[in-house]
Formats: sequence, C-alpha cells, structure tokens
Amino acid sequence: MRKLLLLTTVLLVGLVFIGRLFYLQVYGGYDYNVYEDNAIRKVYNYPKRGYVYDRNGKLLVANQPSYDVMVIPREVEPMDSLEINEFCQLLKITREDYDKKLERATNYSPRLSSPFVSQLSKSDYAVLQEKMRKYEGFYIQKRSLRSYQTTIGANVLGDIGEVNRGIIAKQPYYRLGDLIGKQGIEQTYEKTLRGVKGIKFIQKDRFNKDIEPFKEGKLDTLPVPGKDITITIDAKLQAYGELLMTNKRGGIIAIEPSSGEILAMISGPSYNPNLLVGRDRSKNFSKLYNDSIAKPLFDRGLQAMYPPGSPFKTLNALVALQEGVVTEDERFSCSLGYRYGNRKMGCHAHRSPVNMNTGVSQSCNAYFANVYRRIIDKYDSPAEGMDNWSKHIKSFGLGNYLNNDLSVGQPGKVPSAETYDRGYGKNRWYTTFTISNAIGQGEVLATPIQLANMAAAIGNRGYYYTPHIIKNIEGEIIPLKFTTPKRTTIDKEHFEPVVQGMFDVYNKGTAEMLRVKGIDICGKTGTAENFAIIDSVKTQLTDHSIFVAFAPKDNPKIAIAVFVENGYFGSRFAGRMASLMIEYYIRGEITRKDMESFVLRYSLEHEYQKPFSGEPFGINRQTTLEAISEEEYQKLMRLKAEIPKL
Amino acid sequence: MLRENQRRFKFDWITIILFLLLVGFGYLNILSASHDGDIANYFDTSQLYGKQLIFIGLTFVLIIIILSFEAKFYERFASIIYLGALLALLGLFIFGKEINGARSWYGIGSMTLQPSEFAKFATALAVGKYISDLQTNMQTLKDQLRVVAIIFVPALFILLQNDAGSTIVYLAFFFVLYREGLQQIYLVMGLSLIVLAILGLKFGVLITALLATSILIISFFLRKKKKRESIFQYILVLLVAVGFSYGVKLFYEHGLKAHQQNRISLWLRLEKDPVKLERMKKAEAYNLIQSEQAISSGGLVGKGFLQGTRTTGKFVPEQETDYIFSTVGEEWGFLGSSIVVLLFVFLIIRILYLAEAQKSQFSRVYGYGVASILFVHFTINIGMVMGLIPTVGIPLPFFSYGGSGLWGFTILLFIFVKLDSNKINEW
Repeated sequence: MRKLLLLTTVLLVGLVFIGRLFYLQVYGGYDYNVYEDNAIRKVYNYPKRGYVYDRNGKLLVANQPSYDVMVIPREVEPMDSLEINEFCQLLKITREDYDKKLERATNYSPRLSSPFVSQLSKSDYAVLQEKMRKYEGFYIQKRSLRSYQTTIGANVLGDIGEVNRGIIAKQPYYRLGDLIGKQGIEQTYEKTLRGVKGIKFIQKDRFNKDIEPFKEGKLDTLPVPGKDITITIDAKLQAYGELLMTNKRGGIIAIEPSSGEILAMISGPSYNPNLLVGRDRSKNFSKLYNDSIAKPLFDRGLQAMYPPGSPFKTLNALVALQEGVVTEDERFSCSLGYRYGNRKMGCHAHRSPVNMNTGVSQSCNAYFANVYRRIIDKYDSPAEGMDNWSKHIKSFGLGNYLNNDLSVGQPGKVPSAETYDRGYGKNRWYTTFTISNAIGQGEVLATPIQLANMAAAIGNRGYYYTPHIIKNIEGEIIPLKFTTPKRTTIDKEHFEPVVQGMFDVYNKGTAEMLRVKGIDICGKTGTAENFAIIDSVKTQLTDHSIFVAFAPKDNPKIAIAVFVENGYFGSRFAGRMASLMIEYYIRGEITRKDMESFVLRYSLEHEYQKPFSGEPFGINRQTTLEAISEEEYQKLMRLKAEIPKL
Repeated sequence: MLRENQRRFKFDWITIILFLLLVGFGYLNILSASHDGDIANYFDTSQLYGKQLIFIGLTFVLIIIILSFEAKFYERFASIIYLGALLALLGLFIFGKEINGARSWYGIGSMTLQPSEFAKFATALAVGKYISDLQTNMQTLKDQLRVVAIIFVPALFILLQNDAGSTIVYLAFFFVLYREGLQQIYLVMGLSLIVLAILGLKFGVLITALLATSILIISFFLRKKKKRESIFQYILVLLVAVGFSYGVKLFYEHGLKAHQQNRISLWLRLEKDPVKLERMKKAEAYNLIQSEQAISSGGLVGKGFLQGTRTTGKFVPEQETDYIFSTVGEEWGFLGSSIVVLLFVFLIIRILYLAEAQKSQFSRVYGYGVASILFVHFTINIGMVMGLIPTVGIPLPFFSYGGSGLWGFTILLFIFVKLDSNKINEW
C-alpha cells in the first residue's frame, strides 16, 4: 500500500494534465486564425478605388485620402481622465462619446479592430499623427474616400459607406471600417472599382512593438488597384435633365436606341452626391432616408411603377398589326368614348372616325378599345387571347426585371390570363373586363426606364439592347448581354404606321405645340390617374404627366421617357421636358426657349403640398400653375449656363 | 573480473534516454522562447540559448564525474555533502546576490549559482543516510522529528531568503517518509489540513466548522462502541480543526504578501467584485493569462517549431524559465505537450520502479527522494502554467533555462543512476 501512494498520485496528475491540455487545446475548439491572433499586426493597404468617367471622358468621381482612427479594445491601456480628455480633444469628441464608442467596439470584439472615429479631416490627422504613439490600442488607418467632381447624378453614381456587420458576415473580405458601394454604380460595380486590398502580417511583441514580418512575409499580399470605368451617361444631358426636374418630382430616362446605353437617368428630387462623403455621411443619409414625403433616395426613373397610360397604345397598335386583326387604314368611330354593355370608356373631342395614324396621334380611346378587343377575341377564349397579347407586350421588356447593371429596379406588371383567372375565377371573365389594358391603364404597370426602352424598341423597328450604364471597364469587355440585340415579337414592317402615328403626334396631334424645328421627333403623350390615402379616404390627385419619345424618326439617336408626378396632362410638363432633352442632346443647345422657361419657371411643389395641407383641394382642371420667384429663376438660368463647362 | 566490469557499467538506459529526451526537447523550446530574429550562431553566449547549450555541455562532464565516483562514496559522504549545502545556503545571507527580491544566488563574475538547486539532492542524501541507519526507527516520534529537522533546516534557510517556491519543494519528502513507515494518521492529517485550509478560505470558517462537526458526529456513531475514543478526543479534534481553519484564514489575510494573497484569491476565485478582480488579474494573472492563451492557441498539433506567434512576440514573461511549458503548448500543440507530460510520468515511474528494486535502504530512500522532488516540480510547474494551481515560481526539471537548475537536477538524477547501477554489488 505504501508503495502505491506516490505511483497513483503521479498517474493521476499525468491524467489531469493531459485532460487539461485537451480542454485548452482541443475541446476549447481553439481554431487558430491568424486574423484573430493579437500577436500579429495586420496592416491593410487599401488600393485606389477606380475612377468614374462619363461617356465623353469627363471625370465624374475621383478619390481623396481619409484617415480613420481604429481601436483594438483589448490593447487599450488604461488612461487617467486627464489623458482621455486630451485624446478626446484631439479627436474632437466628447468624453461620453469616447466611453460609448469604446464600449461598442468592445461589444463587437475585444480582439479585432473597429473604427473609433471615422474619416478625420487632413488637418486633424496631421495633429493627431504626432501623438498617436501615446495611445496604445489605437492606430490610424488610411483609406480613400470618394471625391465627386460634380454635383449631379447622385442616383447614378451612388456612394460608398462603411460596411455593416450583416455584410461582413456574408462577405468575409470586408472588415469593420471598410468602405463598400452602397447605391448606384458604386454598388453594382463594387468589385471592379474596389480592387483587392493588400495585407501585411507583422509579428508584434508584448509591448506592441513590431518585430519582424510574420513567416518572412509569405502570407503578405499586395493591393490590386481598382479599375476605372466609363459609364454611358452624358454628364451634360444628365445635368440639364436634373435642372429641368427642379421643383418637380419624377423621372427621366434617356437611352441610345442603337446600343441600349443610358444617356441620362434623372430622378427628382435629387441631391448633391457630395453630401454622402466623409464624416457627415450618416447624418446626411438619415436625413435623405427619413424624408418620407419627397423620398429623394427613391429612384423614380427605375423604381416607380405607374400605369403607362396612352404611350402604351402604340404597343396595342403593333400587336394588332402583327396579329392581322386590323389594317392601318381601317377606321373606328368615336363619340366621346367607347361603349361596351352599359358602360363607357370616355374620350376627348376629336374628329371621327379615325384610322390607326389618327388613333395614335389623337390618342383615341375608342379606337384602341376596338383594336384591343379584336386582339383578344381573335382566339377562342379570352384566356388564350390574353396570353398571346401578354407575350407580345413582354417582348418589349415590360412586365419583368430588365436584368441590367443598375442597383435598383422594378419588374412592372403585364397581366396574363392567370391574372384574371385569379381575380375572377377560371373562364369567368371576358375581354371587356380587361378593356383598360387597351389604353395602358388597368393592370399594366411600367417604370420609366421600361417605357424609354419601349420607345427605343419602336424607334429601332423591332429590337432593343438591354438598357445599361457601363460603357467601358479598363481592360475588360462589357457583358455580352448588353451587346446582343433582343428582338420583339413584332415584325419590322408593322412599325412604320405606328412610328408615323407617333410622328404625327408632333405634327398635328397632342404634342403639336412641342415641335422642335429641324428635328423629327416621334412621341406619345400620356396621363396616369393616381390616388393617395388621406385620412383613410382614397383621394384622387392630379394626374401624372407622361411622355415617351424618340428622335430622329429614322435611325434614332435618343429614346426617352419622362414622368412628372402630378404634372397633369402629358404635354404640359413631361412632353416639354422630353422635347427639350432631345433638342439638347441632338443639337447641343435650346431653340425653344419658351418651352424651357415654362418648365424652369413653374414649380409643382404646391401640388405636392396639397395632400398634406389638411384642406380640401382641387385637381387636374382646377389646378393652377405656380411660378417661382424671378430670383430663383435667374439662379436656375445661371446653373444652366454652367452646364457646358462640364 | 570482466563480468564485474560489465556490471559496473550496467546503468539504467531507459532513465538516461528519458533524461536525454527531456533535456534535448527542453533546449529546442528554450531556443524558440529566447531567440530574437535570425539565429546566427547557436553558440552565441550572449543569447540564452547559447548559454543553455554550454550548460548542457557541462552537464555531460558532470555526469561523467558523478558516475566515476564509487557508489559507496555518496552514502559515506552524505552528511558532509549535506553540511556543505547548508553552509552554502547560510553563506547567501552574507555573500548572496539578490535577484527579483530573493537572495538566492552567488554571483561569480557574470555567472550566478543558486545553491538551493543543489541543496535538494544533498537533503535527499542526508534523509537517505539517516533513515537507512540501523539505529533509526521511523515509528518513533524522536526519529521522525530528527528526519523532519534534516528536511526543515535547509527549507527554512531558503524561505528566509525569500524563495517560497523552492521551499514548497521540500514537502516532497513527505512521500519518502510515508514510504519508509510514517504512520497512516499523518497522511490523513495532512490531507485533512489541506482540505480544511481550502474549505476555510473558500466557504468561511463557520461552514467549515459545521462540516467538520457533522463529519465527526457521523464517524463517532459509525465507530464500534468498544473501539470508540472518548467524546473529549472528538471535541479536541474539532477544536483543532476549526482553530486551524481560522488560523489559515488569519494567515491568508495578514501573514501573506499582497501578491501571494492575490494568487490564492484568483485560484480559489475568492474575489467577487468585478472591478477588483479585473485589477487583480492585470497585476497577478498576466503571466497566467498569456501562458494559457499561448497553450490554447497551439491547438492539436501546434504552430510548429520557431513558429509560435506568442512565443516569438515574447508575450509570456519568463517563458524560457518557469513558463517554458507554454512554448511547448503553442508550438507543439496537444500532441507535443502530452508527450512531455508522458515523458515526465514515465521518468518518475521508472525511478520509483528502480527505487523499489534497490537492495540497500539508502538507495531506495534516495531514489524515492529523487522521484518525489521531480514529481513536485513537475506538478507545480505545469499545473501553474496551465492555471490549475496558484502561481508558484519553480522551474520545470531539465526543461527550464538555467545552469543551476539543470545541474542540480542532473546531479540528483545521476547519483541515483549510479546507486542503481551498483545494486548488484549490494548484498
């Protein structure tokens, strides 16, 4: 027995030790990760973010250096309050901020670095850099921020901001404090613009002093610079469009039909992209984000789905010709509308009967109601007819995502038999139930970019290129899907009567007033009824003003869709703006000064206040135009004069 | 005659191989823990690893010297060696050099020598000599006290020189005395006192007293009536127990230095105030936390020789000496660390096995002493580095950097190897 005491004790201790080792090294799940090893300093080297140029080579977005103070909470040495106060003064934060920020960083991870104060100004950095050594656990990380060379195109260019934890969890490339494209092309071309950051691993000692490269630098990587990109936007056209949209809400999309390149992409109200740079970014962003009335971050050119209204009629005419249910000369009569059963779809006063050309140019509802019924009723059942119609309409890029390189978008809506089967029950509906589709109301919804694309497809007589914004990436070919034409289901020869009808809209139709000498514009006016819920009552507001156009008539250079919220009839605002944009793009100057001064002088802000005024208000016919002050008008004119310098 | 000669060289090679493995592996880890950047010259004596290589070289000279003496020499001169060691310890009070608050070193030029490392084998020899004396009877209190005195005197000197860690090592001799016939009751008492001390500190004297009372009452009734001691004896035991527990508490609160108090407090998790705990950890547990992190980060197979990030960065203070095991943990992982633990266990068991096989009582007692001392060092050092027991600064035998330690343990071990090789001649 006496011999066994020491023996058993030795064995026991050996066992306990191996158990403890197992607990510490194996069971503890300690998976060695060099990124989490606080004995290794990780020095990141951020590459230059790619520049952005417009289609004419004008630099839009460049970089500026920025300095972040980063913290690794575990390495922060305790300081007395005097030292902390001095540090706070250097950082221009309060003592409470200091505690709060440190706590937040600790909660995220005591081991990993978090941004402590982001984006110091150059002068703050200069002062701080001298004294940084004193504050253990803090260091300065150089990054590159965006520097916008322009005040336009906020919705196009987007911005970059700090990654959030959700993104880091999904994409481990990013670390807290890194910047990532948040909107616009910064978001869609993030990887191209960003490049790849380099990293150096440096062995530290316990005094936080660097000793040597870790593993002789075998794991280190060099940064790969981001690539410059050229976008399809014409900065001048964009600037002009934004000027026209001043004091209005809506969207303008201009496309080059021969390539699908987006020339301008305006969303009103807009904002200065420089607001979203630097230390004030989050403050300014919340301001924009929380503006739930004007919604400046809502890209109306891409995201707003409206009933397309009359411009949609052109497609019904094309489908009817393709299906052979009407000829271009066939006439239908219209007596202030179209009667079906005991109901009536109203129309305005014009001569009757009308053929296709006049139907389009006068935007006759009765004509298109007849045509639409023939399209659907060509087949044995309305369901079959509806699906066939739907297929034709969708071939114009409506009713689905365009699947392009823009950061946001909406599919719009094109009904099919299934839509009505769901609403009424299978085979329990008739063509007349869907008659609103004839005039682009009812179940059809489209975004301005879809309408512009539709205009491009008509201008091209039957095909389009997916509208896109990338023109050139340094050393890369742009995706094939942007350079391959997409054919519509309508044969080329059916387009001429419709194009002629759209041309006559300008010659003798609803846009006669908007003619621009020397440019053959084809267009189509439209209005869309719209409603808002005010005090839980569905209330009709002034119609949206819509216009779709392309020019010149043959081999069009530009296709455009303009949407002005509550702008009343199509030619009032949208039509004028479309004509001005076309002239500006094709001619480089404006001859219709009267049209320009109308658009610039009249504001719709009072119209937008109405639903919030709490008082009864009139719409459409009962609205008046309100002019801005002469001073403001002169300011806009000065802005216009600046544009050629872009 | 030839046969005689062969027998003379019949050393236990298993022990020697285990020794060589430990020293060799220890050197590699010292190299890791002490190098700065590139290693230009392994013999660079301005570096710790260079010095250690020289210490190891001298060790072999030392081994040859030890093995070339007659085995009987050690028994005969045990008392002289012991007295010499005592004198060396005493001399420290006059000539000693103070390092880190302990007056444990002689300075010879740039070298230092730590006599307490050599006092261990001297004490083991003296204990062996005394117990194996025919006139000694370990059952008598008188002889027990004398042996304890032999052990106590050097321990006291070392304690007075402020080297509490090395003092604790002398508790190792309990295993020797127990093996040689110390009554069972001492074992029970010893264990009881340890339990009482821990309970008293952790749960307070009152709860300890209640526990002790209930245990005594139960054992009182379990005991057969005839054999039962008088109730007063039970009460006396209870009083002693409670008194001891209270005494430990008082000693903990007033007798210990602040850092010792903190170490025990951290070990038993006595501090509840998170602010104070944090401060205490910063002050006392820095080494431990760094060492545990280094060990943990090694994972299953370690980061590789010379690749330990925390070792290279010198995050663990004292890593080449007392905390050398954390280097093993980081660079060689669970596999390497377990092998080191097993090497120690094998070595100690091997010595025990050999000790039991000795024919002379002197050799057996000495062997037991060797095994016990190695065991206590091994347990306290590795236990401390892994946070199982409170911080006590003693080296890991054969592993830790330092000439005195390496030589002290080598002499300790190889005297036994010599004694063992001679057992054939002992009749």
